[in-house]
Parts: sequence; structure tokens; C-alpha cells
Amino acid sequence: MQVYLPIAEVSVNIFLLLGLGGLVGVLSGMFGVGGGFLMTPMLMFIGIPPAVAVATEANQIVASSFSGVLAHFKRKTVDIKMGIVLLLGGLVGAKVGVYVFKLLKEMGQVDLLITLSYVLFLGMVGSLMFIESLNAIRRSKKNEPPKRVKRHTWIHGLPFKMRFRTSNLYISAIPPFVVGILVGVLAAIMGVGGGFIMVPAMIYILGMPTKVVVGTSLFQIIFVTAFTTLEHATQNFTVDAMLALILLTGGVIGAQVGARIGVKLKAEQLRILLAIMVLAMCIKLALGLLIEPSELFSIGAGGE
Amino acid sequence: MRILILLVSLVFSANVALSQSIVSDLSQNRVSITSNFDGSQIFVFGAVKSNIMPDVNAAPLDVIIEVAGPAGPVLVRKKEYKYGIWVNGEAVEVDRAPAFYSLAGTRPVREILSDEERAKYNIGLDYAVQASQAGEEYTEAVVRIRQDAGIFGTSESDVKLSEETLFTTEVDLPSNLVEGDYVASIYLVRDGKVVASSKDAITVRKAGLEAWIYNLAHDKPLIYGLLSLLVALVAGWTASTVFRLLKR
Repeated sequence: MQVYLPIAEVSVNIFLLLGLGGLVGVLSGMFGVGGGFLMTPMLMFIGIPPAVAVATEANQIVASSFSGVLAHFKRKTVDIKMGIVLLLGGLVGAKVGVYVFKLLKEMGQVDLLITLSYVLFLGMVGSLMFIESLNAIRRSKKNEPPKRVKRHTWIHGLPFKMRFRTSNLYISAIPPFVVGILVGVLAAIMGVGGGFIMVPAMIYILGMPTKVVVGTSLFQIIFVTAFTTLEHATQNFTVDAMLALILLTGGVIGAQVGARIGVKLKAEQLRILLAIMVLAMCIKLALGLLIEPSELFSIGAGGE
Repeated sequence: MRILILLVSLVFSANVALSQSIVSDLSQNRVSITSNFDGSQIFVFGAVKSNIMPDVNAAPLDVIIEVAGPAGPVLVRKKEYKYGIWVNGEAVEVDRAPAFYSLAGTRPVREILSDEERAKYNIGLDYAVQASQAGEEYTEAVVRIRQDAGIFGTSESDVKLSEETLFTTEVDLPSNLVEGDYVASIYLVRDGKVVASSKDAITVRKAGLEAWIYNLAHDKPLIYGLLSLLVALVAGWTASTVFRLLKR
């Protein structure tokens, strides 16, 4: 059954979309990632215009992270104060990101911007994850305990110190603000929540305890992606509510299934699997840039 | 002067009365793009009305049916090899290209119609896609890309004409149809010359939910954005509640 997407202006099989939403949902449930960085390139592969894919995915992430954060609020694993500092940075970043997005859309280079960002970040995150999980497997074979995170770094020398009670930290507000900006820019340009950047940054750079990291990042992601959705909707007219709703339906069901599968599999093997997938996606996108395309010409929006 | 005009028009109308004309219609004048829109098919049919006695020695009659979507400028970009990767180059504007084009005839159009007549009536993709500044490769690219996408079609001999009177053809409208006013033009051709023509309009509009979403997104983007967020929040909340209840 085909469904016509009013903003993307293409007709796509509804089961393909539901399946895609479900598949990414399963993966995000299994790995505890938002799934935006998997979904956006997949949407582009099936023919959704990149600009629409990015903006719509931001809208979908609002839903999935809202659904996720509710559970974390119950468990009191959200550092709201830290979340707000990250959020302020995130809003600044998102504003900048949408502006750059708009500028490049007018220049006809937005597809390049999105693809390049994906190649860069998927490549980086994929290789890091691959190496990390290889090391973890090696460690678990030798029965070594995982390395301790150093709690005192150069970060602690910066001014504007604040006390974050939930995280049990007393650090400068500058690093979380900067992390927020970076994540905001990524959210606007790549249509991702940015959890895959923010979570490691919170653990390794800010030194936050692992148990509050996911809840806090979800808290921040809701607001930043909500803001990004609004900005894209008002400046670029690229949010497809119909597409978001279909992906969402598949996604929430998939996430629950994925969470159950995830419990049964070993974490390191799961992560290697995800790393391989991320790298494969990165290579596919990179080849698109490196190999001479069979059709050199493309038609952009005219007369607008 | 008035008398002259009157005379000319009299002669002209007399001429028309003596020659052939077309009575044509479409299976539908309105195409609605709704959420389950998956392309559409339009039948163009009609009859040749003849006031003159059929001449046995006359050349055979042919029919050409052209359906064209709304035309406008399009931006075309050519990928260039820069810094080791393929990136979009400067955008070049092709002045006029229809959003949809389909041409069919009882025989291949170039066999039926002389080049002068084709130029006179602007029949054919080479007339439908026009560029003043853009090079030929850009107009060719527009035609090629839209042909591959199924938006431009030139089926060579899809019009059926029976007894030199009744004609019919079907035009496939693709699922990626663009809104606007489409025109179906029917030309009656004899001896390489157009002897009669008629036009029918087709209106293509988004309808129902699709129209509502599209209009809201463009007319009231802020409200649309807020609504999208509300839907997302409600969906997220519902999902977490439903699955919490299921787990019990």
C-alpha cells in the first residue's frame, strides 16, 4: 500500500516505512541509541529528500526521547540542572545549525553538508565503537576489570563553577555548555538527537556518573530536537508530519522488541555488530561522494 | 476596416464549417492527490466531426494527443569533481519545463507532422523544455531525468483511431505528480498539417489530509511545527504508558 507524503511529495510504501521505523526501533532498543543517525541516511536511501529526512527525523526523536525520559524521571536518573546547561548550549547550536542549513539549501549544497557530516561522524563513531568493543571483548576474556575513568582533568580548572547535585559534581558550566552547542549543531544538520556524541562526552569529558547520563541526555535531546523541529518547520518547511507519524508507530513497537532482544545478547558482541553497521553506512555514503555518479545532473526546486 | 474584418471572419467561419473539428473529453477533469494516491490514469477520447464528404483520395487522418503539466523554471545542477569528491556546481536555470509531459499519436509524431507545424504548435519535448542561457546539456538533462522518473513520456503510437472518427488514448499520471493545471491538447493532422485542435483542462490538487497538512505547513508554519511537536509528545507518552501497562 502506497502512502503519499505531503511535504516530501513522494509516494512510498507504508509497510517499508513501518518496517524501517521498526528496524531502527529494534536497533535503538537493543543498543540504547536514539537511532536518528541510522534512520536519516536510510530515509535518504529510499528516496526521501535529505532536507525533509533531517527535519522529520528531528520531530520523530522528540517522541522517542520523550517516551524514554519518562521512565528515567521515575527512577530519578535525570540531572535537570546539568540538562538545562546542556540545553542552553543546545539551543544556541541548533539555531546556528538551522541557519547554516538554510544557507546551504539556498546554495544547493545541503545534500553535500548532510552527507559529509554523516561520513565524518559515522566513520568516527563506528571506528571508536569497533575498537572499544574489541578491547572490551579482549578484557572480558582475560577477566580484567574495565578501566576506571579519571575523575580529575583539565576541565576542573575552568571558571564559572556550578554544583550539580544529582551528578555529584562541582565543575565549570563551560564544558557542558560547549558540548550542548556541538550537539545542537549536529541535531540541526544531521537530524540526530546527538546521544551518540553526548553520552561519551558526558562520561569522559564531564565525568558524570553513568546512571544519570542516559536520562540527562534524553532530557536535553527532547528540547533541542523540539526546537530544531520548530526552526525547520518555520524556516525550511521540511517537516513531514505524516512521515514522522508512520516512522514513530514502527519505531515505538520496534524499540520495545529491541529492548527485550538486547537483554538476551552479550553487550560487546552487540556493540561490534552496531559498529560494523555504522561503518557500512559510512562507506556507502562516502562512495557516493568518491565515485563518479552515473547521472551528473540534478534538478533543484525552481522558481522558489 | 470593419467590413474587412467581418468578411475575413465570415470566410474563416465558413471554412471551419466546411472542414473537420474535434469533440473530445476526458475520463476525469480533476485528479485529487490523497494519502493513498498511487498515480492515476486518464482516458482522453473523442470523435472527429466532419461536415465534408470523406474524400477517398485524401491522405489518412492522424491524431496527436499531448498532455502537459504546469510549466515553470527549474534549477539544474551539474556535479563537478572538486577536492577529490563529487559536489554540486553552480545552479543553471532552465527557463521553462513542464512538471509533466506526455505525447502520443496514432503513429510516431515525427512521421505525422512536419517540422514547421511542430514548431508552430510547440508540439514535442524540444519545445516544451526551453532554455535561453543554459546550455543544451542542461535541457537534455532535464528531459533525461524526468523521463527516467516517468514524468515525461513520449509513447510513439498509443492513440487508437477507428474509422477515422473515434479516437482514444490513456495517459498514465505518475505517483510523484505535481499540483497544478494540466492541459490535454488534441490535434487532428492530415498531410503533415494540423487541421483541427481542441483543448481540455485537468486540475491536479492535493486533497483531504494531504492538502490540509501541506497548506498548514506553508501558511502557518509555526502552528504546524507546534502541532507536529504535540503529536510527537502525545505519541511518546502513549507509547511509554501502553508498554508500561503491558509489562504488568
